[in-house]
Amino acid sequence: MEANTRSTGRLPAAFLTPGSSSFMDFLSDQAPGMLPGNRQTPPMKGAIEAPHGTTIVAATFPGGVVLAGDRRATMGNMIAQRDIEKVFPADEYSAVGIAGTAGLAVEMVKLFQLELEHFEKVEGAQLSLEGKANRLSTMIRSNLAMAMQGLAVVPLFAGFDVDRGRGRIFSYDVTGGRSEEHGYASTGSGSIFARGSMKKLYREDLTEEQALTLVVQALYDAADDDSATGGPDVARRIYPIVTVITDEGFRRLTEADSAEIARAILERRLEQPDGPRAALL
Amino acid sequence: MSTPFYVSPQQAMADRAEYARKGIARGRSLVVLQYADGIVFVGENPSRALHKFSEIYDRIGFAAAGKYNEYENLRIGGVRYADLRGYTYDRDDVTARGLANVYAQTLGTIFSSAAEKPYEVELVVAEVGSEPEGDQIYRLPHDGSIVDEHGSVAVGGNAEQISTFLDQRHRDGMSLAEALKLAVQALSRDPNGSEREIPAERLEVAVLDRTRPQQRKFKRIVGRQLARLLEADASASTPTDAPSDTEDGDGADTPTATADPKSAKGAKGATDTTDSGGDVE
Repeated sequence: MEANTRSTGRLPAAFLTPGSSSFMDFLSDQAPGMLPGNRQTPPMKGAIEAPHGTTIVAATFPGGVVLAGDRRATMGNMIAQRDIEKVFPADEYSAVGIAGTAGLAVEMVKLFQLELEHFEKVEGAQLSLEGKANRLSTMIRSNLAMAMQGLAVVPLFAGFDVDRGRGRIFSYDVTGGRSEEHGYASTGSGSIFARGSMKKLYREDLTEEQALTLVVQALYDAADDDSATGGPDVARRIYPIVTVITDEGFRRLTEADSAEIARAILERRLEQPDGPRAALL
Repeated sequence: MSTPFYVSPQQAMADRAEYARKGIARGRSLVVLQYADGIVFVGENPSRALHKFSEIYDRIGFAAAGKYNEYENLRIGGVRYADLRGYTYDRDDVTARGLANVYAQTLGTIFSSAAEKPYEVELVVAEVGSEPEGDQIYRLPHDGSIVDEHGSVAVGGNAEQISTFLDQRHRDGMSLAEALKLAVQALSRDPNGSEREIPAERLEVAVLDRTRPQQRKFKRIVGRQLARLLEADASASTPTDAPSDTEDGDGADTPTATADPKSAKGAKGATDTTDSGGDVE
């Protein structure tokens, strides 16, 4: 939809009417067809085949939170894309990683980013981290009809809570149910393996570097046991996307930094395929 | 039955224009200047929360003088327009020119519609380019006309006088501190020629900084950073054309005493700018 009226070129009344600070509300009034959850899909048998994003992991450390994702998208047994990006900054102090139907998820992230930015510009203040997490919940809920047809989007939301001065992680289910995770969390097909890995390695007093290594270890373990999760691809130089959020804001590790962590882990795994071990007792 | 008086269209428009101009003149003026790394917005604003300047989109900023509720309305309309357009197409497809056109149409329709009172606002829409040559500044007076400006702009009641002052002294490639100082100097001149001091806490300053790594280039300058810039200027500018001693003099001397060094300074400033202008061209 074009943003101006055809008759005069003047901003339509809806644009100048005081109202909600939400871009989604504005969109649902002005161009409801553009809302991701608003599409009518015909009832059909079986699941729709579309590329799926797989594993996202997150862990907190004193002073921030780390969010990372592998690079593989699969369509059934096939690898649909080897270098997909599934972790995105949501705003300056938060990020979202997505698992599930890639096309819908990327669109949802785009709208979510805009929603936060729009609020910030209109109100002149940022939403609280809690508020951002709730907004994402609403968006997932609006996708429920699609989720019932197999097009689910299950994100992981992580951010630095400026008011409380620490990193926080929120996980979601397909109905938009939201729960705050303490310490570490994962989502997607390889999440069970990643979770097991982090469960054994996580400590509350990790440094930032250790937290970065931890999430890449977890992704490696997920890729080790889940065929839909991609491990570090040394031949093609495709490494996980790793992001950190601290009180200085969102930062994505450079290709070189991410490669260095992944290569160090690979090196160790050549000698010890199952990776680092937790003490038995 | 009384017959309505005949009012010629010229007279009607002149009356409306005068009404709008008077409304705008009640507010304080503000200035927008190009500097080496972008565009700076400076205005006197005792309020911390009700802004005269704000972000519209990644590279686009907004400044307004006049009636708050009217320009706030236009500002939100602009944010909605920009966000919708960016969501529909791409972030790069949102331009200051497009936005200025929409504002011009909107203001123009309101101005010439007999059913509405004209808006008592004057706007500036600015977009920072990746190079100084790419900077765009549009001034939008109350009647919907649109003026493409370069270097410096002033809007508000005292705009003409301030513009003349700025035109004589503004040059390309000023540092932020220099541009800020010049803007404050211009704003602190009263219509009758005398000067008054504007304390830093009454200044609202924002920049569109092309060197910012983020996609969003708009940034408010507040508190310590603002104080530092104002101070840095006072000490750093001594070697070039020493406007700092005039400022120091302002505080101590009587307005009549400052008038003399001021005019001398003005003449010097004028020759400086013509020199540098010659160099540039």
